[in-house]
Parts: sequence; C-alpha cells; structure tokens
Amino acid sequence: MEQPNIKIALTGKPNSGKSSLFNHLTGLNQKIGNFPGVTVDKRIGFCQLDNNIQAEIIDLPGIYSLYPRTLDEKIVTEIFSDKNNSLYPDKVVLIADATNLKNCLLLLTQLIDLKIPTVIALNMMDLAAKSGLSIDVKKLSASLDMPVVMINARKGHGIYELKQLLLSPIKASSKSVFQIDAEIKPVVKIIRDYFNLSSDYEAYHFLQQTDNLVFLKEEQRNFIKTIAREHEFFPHKYQGAETVMRYGFIQQLLNGAIVKPSHRDWKRVSHGIDRVLTHRVGGYLIFFVVLFLIFQSIFAWAQIPMDFIDTSFARLSNVLSHELPEGPFFELLSQGIVPGIGGIVIFIPQIAILFAFISILEESGYMARVVFLMDKIMRKFGLNGKSVVPLMSGWACAIPAIMATRTIDNWKDRLITIFVTPFMSCSARLPVYTILVALIIPDSKLFGFFNYQGLVLMGLYLLGFLAAIFSALAMKFIIKTTERSFLIMELPTYRMPKWSNVGYTIIEKTKAFVFEAGKVILAISIILWVLASYGPIEEMNSAKKIVRAEAVALNLSEGEIQNRIASYKLEHSYAGKLGKAIEPMIRPLGFDWKIGIALVTSFAAREVFVGTIATIYSIGSAEDQPTIKQRLRNEINAETGGPRYTPAVGMSLLIFYTFAMQCMSTLAIVKRETKGWKWPLLQLFYMTSLAYLSAFFVYQIMS
Amino acid sequence: MAKNVAEMLPGETAVIAGFTDDHIGLKLLEMGFLPGTAIRFNFSAPFGDPICVSVSDVDLSLRLDEASTISIIN
Repeated sequence: MEQPNIKIALTGKPNSGKSSLFNHLTGLNQKIGNFPGVTVDKRIGFCQLDNNIQAEIIDLPGIYSLYPRTLDEKIVTEIFSDKNNSLYPDKVVLIADATNLKNCLLLLTQLIDLKIPTVIALNMMDLAAKSGLSIDVKKLSASLDMPVVMINARKGHGIYELKQLLLSPIKASSKSVFQIDAEIKPVVKIIRDYFNLSSDYEAYHFLQQTDNLVFLKEEQRNFIKTIAREHEFFPHKYQGAETVMRYGFIQQLLNGAIVKPSHRDWKRVSHGIDRVLTHRVGGYLIFFVVLFLIFQSIFAWAQIPMDFIDTSFARLSNVLSHELPEGPFFELLSQGIVPGIGGIVIFIPQIAILFAFISILEESGYMARVVFLMDKIMRKFGLNGKSVVPLMSGWACAIPAIMATRTIDNWKDRLITIFVTPFMSCSARLPVYTILVALIIPDSKLFGFFNYQGLVLMGLYLLGFLAAIFSALAMKFIIKTTERSFLIMELPTYRMPKWSNVGYTIIEKTKAFVFEAGKVILAISIILWVLASYGPIEEMNSAKKIVRAEAVALNLSEGEIQNRIASYKLEHSYAGKLGKAIEPMIRPLGFDWKIGIALVTSFAAREVFVGTIATIYSIGSAEDQPTIKQRLRNEINAETGGPRYTPAVGMSLLIFYTFAMQCMSTLAIVKRETKGWKWPLLQLFYMTSLAYLSAFFVYQIMS
Repeated sequence: MAKNVAEMLPGETAVIAGFTDDHIGLKLLEMGFLPGTAIRFNFSAPFGDPICVSVSDVDLSLRLDEASTISIIN
C-alpha cells in the first residue's frame, strides 16, 4: 500500500456517531491494533479522498474534554499534545451530535486553543430536524472560524462533502477561547519557550497534566514541576474556572447560532421505553429474558458451525497424516499444528454471536441502561455496572471479556472484574460438562418436566457465577484504593442499531481473539502435543511390540490394536509420566493417573480433556460421544472393584473444571492487561486452590 | 443546609447552585452541570441508586454519592 498523504483524526464525545463515520470513510480497510505501550484499541483505516490523495484515518476513543480519567481518554490527550507522536494528525474531524451541541463543543474549544486545524462534522441532522431544532450553520462556522459540514453518519449523507473539505487546505481557527489567568502567564511563557510550543494552551496543558503526558522525559517532567512550584502553580486549581469559561463561550455561540431550539417532547418515545426497561420489576425481568435469549442463541446457533469446523479439522488432520510421508515434522504438522488451529477456529462462532448481541445492545442504547440497572447490586460486590458486559462475555470466552474491561475507569473495579471473569463458565468448559453430566446424572425428568441433566448443567453455570461475585466481594475488602469511582454517564436516546456497525464489531472482536489468544493457544497446544507424543525412546519404541504381543493373545482387530498403541504411547509419554507423578496429589479428589494425564493436557485449554480421555481409553475418535460414555461407565476401579466413575468422582471432576484456571491464553491476556505477572499468577494460584479444595470436599462428602 | 440533587423527587426541577466536592465537581462541570443550569430529576434505578437526571436536554446517570455533591436552589 502506498504511503498515505495525510493523517486525519476523528474525535468527539461518546455516542456521537464516530464509529459510523469511521466505518463509512474506511470500509473494510481497517487495522485494529494497540497503542504502543498501553492496551487501548487503536483503530486506523485508510480512505481514498480522491484519485491522488489517500488519508490515514485514526478513530480516537470518545472523550468530553482533554482532562482524561480513563486509559482511553489519556491516549487522546497525549496525541493532541505531542507533535512528535507518530499519530499526531494533520487535520482533525470533530463529530458533533447536533441534538446535543453544547456538550460536544467543550472539546472543540480546547482544540481551538491548541491551534489544531479542525473541521466540524455536524452529525444526526435527521434527529435534529425531528426535534424541531434549527441551526444557523453559516453563523456557527463564522463564529468559530472553522468549516462545518452537515452529515448523517448512519446513512452516509454528507460524506462526499466532508472528503472534499478534507482535501482542501485547512488552517487552525484564529479564535482563542480560554484566557489564561494573568498571574500564571509568566510560568506558561517559560514552559512554552523551553519546549518551543506553538500555543500557550499547549504549554498550559504541560503544566496541568505533567504526569498524564507520558511522552515527557523524566528530566522534562522534573523541570516543569520545579517551575510550577517556584511560581506556586497548582494543577487543577484553574481547571473548574477553565471549564466554566469555555461553557460561557459555547452558550454565547449557541445563542447566536441556534435559530429554533428543539421542542421539549421529542424524546418522548425514548423516555417511554425507559419507563418500561428501567422499571423496578419489569426492568430486571426484561434484562434476564435478554440474557437468556443471548445464552440460548450462543449454544443453539453456534452448534452447527462448530460441529462443521470440528469435523473438517479432524478430517484434514486425518487426511494429512495418511498422505504426508512419515517423520516428526509431518506428524507435528498433521497432529500438532492442524488440530491446534482447529482448537482456535472452533470458538469463532460463539464469539461472533456474543459480540453481535453485545454490539446490538450497545448500538441501541440499552447497554447504558443495563449498566444503570445493575450498578447498585454490582457495587455491593466490589464491581460496578460496567462489569456486567465483561462478565456476560465470560460465558463465551474470557479473552474478549477481559479485553472488554477497558471501559471501566476505576482501576480497582477493573482489576476485580478481570480477576473474577474466568470463573464464568466459558464455552471451552461445555464439552467437559456435557460428557461428565451425561455420565453421572440420569437422563430422567423432575416432575416430568425439568431434565435432571439440564438442571445440573445450569447449576454449574450458576456455581461459576457465584464463585465470581463472591471472590469479587472478598477482593473488595482486600484491595485498598484511594481512587474514586464514578458513574456519571450519558444515557443515550434509544435508536435502531446500525447493522453494518454490528458487522464491523464482529469482525474486529473475532480478529482480536484469533490473533491475541490464538498465538498462545497454538503454541501451547504444540508443546502439549510434543509432551504427549514423546517419551523415553526405548519405551516408545517398544510400544508396538508389546501391544502386538498382547493382541495375539486377545485376538484384537487391526483398529483396536492401533487404538491400544496410541493409549500405550500416551501412558509412557512425558505427559503420561507427569500424570502419574501428580497422582498422589489428586488421589484425595478421587482421581487416578489417567484423569491426571487429562488434567495435565487440559492445562492449556480445558476442552482438550475429552480428546485425551478418548485416547487414554483407546477409543479411536473423540467424536464418538456415546462410545466414550460407555467406555467410562465400564471402567473399573482396581481398588474397590466398583466403577471408576462414581457420582462422587464425576461431581468432583465437574467442580474442579468449574473453578480451575486451565487456560494459558487467559493468563497471557491478564498479564498484558495488568502489565505484569503478579495478577495472572495470583489468579492461577487462587482458582486452582479453590478448585482443588472444593473438589476435595465434594468427593470426601459424597463417597 | 442547602438542598442537593440526591434529595429531589421524580419529576422535580431545580437550578444547580454549586458543588460541595471539588474533584467530582470538575467532572460534572465537563458533562454540562453548570451552576445556573436547570436540572430535572427523571427517575431512579430500582434500588433508588443510581438516578437519571436531565441537564440541558441530555439524560445522564448519577450515583447518589455523586448527586449529593450538587447543591440546588428551587
């Protein structure tokens, strides 16, 4: 791709239609990554403004002002106050919600004072018209000394005009909104001269937010702090006055530019919906129905594509192992890498469906109400209303769920949410649950209506959820913080979701999962494959001889012999040795070394349990669930002479899988999000201990 | 003692007089809670907290802790 000619940043407050505009400008030509050093999604796309000029479009996180509180907001402040930043834009598009111009313009006046060339994209003109609002756009543009384009980002109206405008040279507005207090002018001048800055306001920001601007070097920071102290400048002292002054300017501006204000009751429908959706009883009822629907669809709709992916990869692996020549490299390819990739791809349907729903809820404005409804309850447990989405996402996969915690501005709330999310029963636990529940719970109905197996399955999900919120409660008292948490947020007007935005979100989240988690899953599954396929050479080499010798006596078919060889090899592999080594530790839980091997191999990803069990018990394929069930049922415990998988053992295993941290990719993501090994290691230790102790008690009580 | 937003009733309107907490005040100012502006108490969440208010035609949510730092006149 040729080098883009200009850099354009999109900025504005949340819910102003920024992502719609971004998607319109760039189409599928988007790159989602991370800002260097921090874990904030960076959305960059390319847009052909005309035949010659290509623009790089940066979609910045939504903010109200340049005084940041969350990680997302800090990025924006940093980019706008650092001319050397690789993302510092040539031009800025400020997207303003025409129905709520006042709140959108605060940031604009700050950009004016930073002398950044800016254009205003006046969005939601359709809603403005509906509300009876009428704006004198010419006057607005003249008063701000800045071009203004009217757009409808949902329908794509006005995009052409915006592109044309961006092609033309844009100069920074000549206005100056904020008058810096006379008593601090001298100190501002020193900073401006020292750093050679182009505006007083930029220098003022260096003073106000010394610690937020990470691009400053240590000595530069010390220089600013010393100067500030010498001149008795205290950050934040003037911030309130600045905001009031800016709003004064905005009010005056709007008094002139708004010809006719919107009539009072244009939000009547939205308020009516609110009365239902935030109703004392009905509100929760509706929320739980919505949750139930999401839950159902994830399992019902995802099943078909998942089965398809599963069989396709199994077939591919099978074909490859037959067609490729023998040798360790080809074995690695057909039995290590291909199933490893399959293990990643299989989660895509569930993740896509989950994020389709979350995106619809967000687009429609309902998500803000969910946060509103749940905040009080969640706060009792040390979480906050914004923890609901990550916890819900945890049912599909903890990886995107933990990434979704970035919207929580309070560090303690966010940390607790990250810590407890892996307790939510993710889709990888489901195959383990299904087979064990089918094994130990009778397939009959309570009151002829509720299926016992279904009830137990639901109970396991509930158990995971309870573990999550009670762990959160414990952490609430353990972690100390002085940072205060806020819930000052806009409740946007309800709207129909824009379906293309939903589509873009699905693509974005799925990509993030495949490339973030996928790397780890693949690497670990290859390591585990090696552990499970290799062992001391003479033992592995003698596998065929020993099994064949037995086979003659037992009169086995060729297929059975192959299965037995596989089983023998697994038993004598390094993974098998590990399983045997941990047997004394897991015996109190009712597990033997065979289950031990399955625990070892499912450390990276829980769902591997089923495949390992199939191999250990010499069953050809993990697909054949009834056979696995039958084989497990017939397995005899050599010590007692009774069945190996008693209800006590089954329950103990189920509880272990519900609580244990057996997901390397989650640990990797937690490490990245918390910037260190401390939290992922604590999480691993805590969850595994809880799993061990709970399984221990369940087994001891039941047997 | 001046009244604050946390003490308002659904449907009640008032004018914002000032803030009793500087830190929260800064954030509230940015969101458009300006002294002299009208504020309307719309409704509260099922357990009475948080609440939904309107300021210059925008619906916003506030926790009671936050609402109690906004003093009002009516």
